[in-house]
Amino acid sequence: MSDLHVHSPRSTQLLRLATAGSVDDGKSTLVGRLLYDTKSVLADQIDAVTRASVDKGLSTPDLSLLVDGLRAEREQGITIDVAYRYFATPRRSFVLADTPGHVQYTRNTVSGASTAQMVILLVDARKGVISQTRKHAAVLALLGVPKLVLAVNKIDLVEDPATVFATISAEFNSLTSSLGWASEDVVEIPVSALHGDNVAVRSENTPYYDGPTLIEHLESVPVDAEPHRVGLRFPVQYVIRPRTAEFPDYRGYAGQVAAGEVTPGDEVVILPSGVRTTVTRIDTADGELDSAHAGRSVTLVLADDVDVSRGDVIASPSDAPEPLGEFDATVCWLAEKPLRPGARLLLKHGTRTTQAIVGTLVERFNEQELTSEPSPESLELNEIGKISVRVAEPIVADDYTVNRHTGSFLLIDPAGGNTLAAGLVGDAIAAVELGERV
Amino acid sequence: MTIDISTSLAEAAARPQLDGTQFDTLDALESEAIHIFREVAGEFERPVILFSGGKDSTVLLHLAIKAFWPAPLPFALLHVDTGHNLQEVLDFRDHVVAKYNLRLHVAKVEDYLADGRLTERPDGIRNPLQTVPLLDAISENRFDAVFGGARRDEERARAKERIFSLRNAFGQWDPKKQRPELWNLYNGKHSPGEQVRVFPLSNFTELDIWRYIARDNVELASIYYAHQREVYQRDGMWMTPGVWGGPSEGEDLQTLSVRYRTVGDGSTTGAVLSEAGDNEAILAEVAASRLTERGATRGDDRVSEAAMEDRKREGYF
Repeated sequence: MSDLHVHSPRSTQLLRLATAGSVDDGKSTLVGRLLYDTKSVLADQIDAVTRASVDKGLSTPDLSLLVDGLRAEREQGITIDVAYRYFATPRRSFVLADTPGHVQYTRNTVSGASTAQMVILLVDARKGVISQTRKHAAVLALLGVPKLVLAVNKIDLVEDPATVFATISAEFNSLTSSLGWASEDVVEIPVSALHGDNVAVRSENTPYYDGPTLIEHLESVPVDAEPHRVGLRFPVQYVIRPRTAEFPDYRGYAGQVAAGEVTPGDEVVILPSGVRTTVTRIDTADGELDSAHAGRSVTLVLADDVDVSRGDVIASPSDAPEPLGEFDATVCWLAEKPLRPGARLLLKHGTRTTQAIVGTLVERFNEQELTSEPSPESLELNEIGKISVRVAEPIVADDYTVNRHTGSFLLIDPAGGNTLAAGLVGDAIAAVELGERV
Repeated sequence: MTIDISTSLAEAAARPQLDGTQFDTLDALESEAIHIFREVAGEFERPVILFSGGKDSTVLLHLAIKAFWPAPLPFALLHVDTGHNLQEVLDFRDHVVAKYNLRLHVAKVEDYLADGRLTERPDGIRNPLQTVPLLDAISENRFDAVFGGARRDEERARAKERIFSLRNAFGQWDPKKQRPELWNLYNGKHSPGEQVRVFPLSNFTELDIWRYIARDNVELASIYYAHQREVYQRDGMWMTPGVWGGPSEGEDLQTLSVRYRTVGDGSTTGAVLSEAGDNEAILAEVAASRLTERGATRGDDRVSEAAMEDRKREGYF
């Protein structure tokens, strides 16, 4: 494992991952194993886990103790909330959103998966693809997670592992292809998190499997930062106006490129006003850029002295989105208090927060059956549905199935400020039901 | 690259054209942090940056300045001074404030000890005493967003922390009532009296911090680099004598080549033996270390299994 040394000072790529899976399928152990095998756990942390394991009467260190961080979690032996883990190989650094499979699974899966470029879904080899697996896969499809890996865990505990693995893989493939994933975006790997089989080291116990280890797969799977399906989308975050002796007239528009790419000289349109101008410079504190793509925080300097402020979007004129005052959206309801028609809420989309009124509840999605029932009276905690929304100020959005960044929004309680829902502009449910991922 | 905000516009125009297509881990982490700073500037009334002079808060400040370049930093700094800080760190703090022409608020634990609002602990450790002056400074100045340099890789309880972390009027963190954090849409809504702690370095690891310091040539307090110092050994850590006491009987003072991995209270933070005098040598040393920075040199985290979680619940970072 010496080639897996975490501490390479070389330039690496950052990959955002999440885990999903049901309780007791060994998720904490797998995450602990990933950290341990990539040497992301240091001696004092191992010592602490070893001491705690001995206290519990165990003969080998319980790797799940590496990750269950809260007092209540250690007391109850369960994972309560999303936690973030860090590990690295010489090629990639990983941010892993470790989501509990316990109660409130949808809420946590949605949180973890919203930023994930890839999700590691776990199943217990003895149980195979269960209803929880189907629900998780449906939610991940809805959220547009680009890549999936199914870790078939505890493979050492089944009688005929070759057949079991083949059966689970076939069933999972048929599930994910019906949800719209291309076969090259989904990989199944037989593992034993407890013994480390096929996590970092190829196992001799799985002669029927000739694919990559989990870590080999994680560090080699091709992942685009954001596929180029739309032109430039640049939500303006903040107007930089130094008004200093050195920079008396400087006026730049700070933000993060949400989609597409920008180059000096590009003609752009400011939305919602529709005014057109040209980008003259892309500034950063380190110097000018000759281009900036999705994910980069920059400051744009424009040719004309136009009216632009926080909440506006600078876009490419060729495929500029129509500002939306009223639209349909798919929401995952995250709050205890149910959503009912007519609710007055706040909506945060990109850098704009505006008042919103929920119109009708169009349908409720059944993640288990991949069907919908029309006109529910309410959406309860963890339920997913399609609703119509009206906003006080138009939002400049793309359909979520086209772009995750410009198609996502939050619904916020105007009273307490809590986040109530994850919102996806457009009818993501229909796309999932029809298996039409784009 | 060191930022010099006195650069003129003409010079700015002549600055290098960078290749915008390269985007590695450090670029992604930097971009995320800058995005977070700008969100807070766009949505809050009175944000403040907690600045201790340590490496994480120095990187935090460096990124904040970058986020608003070429405009001046739109936030003030807040330092909670335990009275047990190493002089080099205080000197560095004041040097940075002067260099960038920043506004600095200092909340002093010693003021609270002097008038009886706080009592010295029997073990003499002052880190836990910072919470009250911190919360008072936040409420007196009506700060509504408080940036901290905490990283989620530091400690198990911090791994559960959100980037925007809502605290109640008492500054308390309730890990079971955290808001879900979705996409890069940060929800900063809060009621009057509540505050939001913001952690732009959440996704940096210790090694990322050092690689970033090396890449951007970030100026740090001198104690991070190997130097000759009079130290004595206690609980496996090399401690500096000071107003906080020590050495006790049987703890011999020696002059050794050491450096600090973290900056904290002088009574609980130890140095490590090191010859690493520059960023490259430190990177190599951090890479080879088999101990976390906290396990190696932070006495206060050894108090109990849940020491950090308990302090966070009280209102500490």
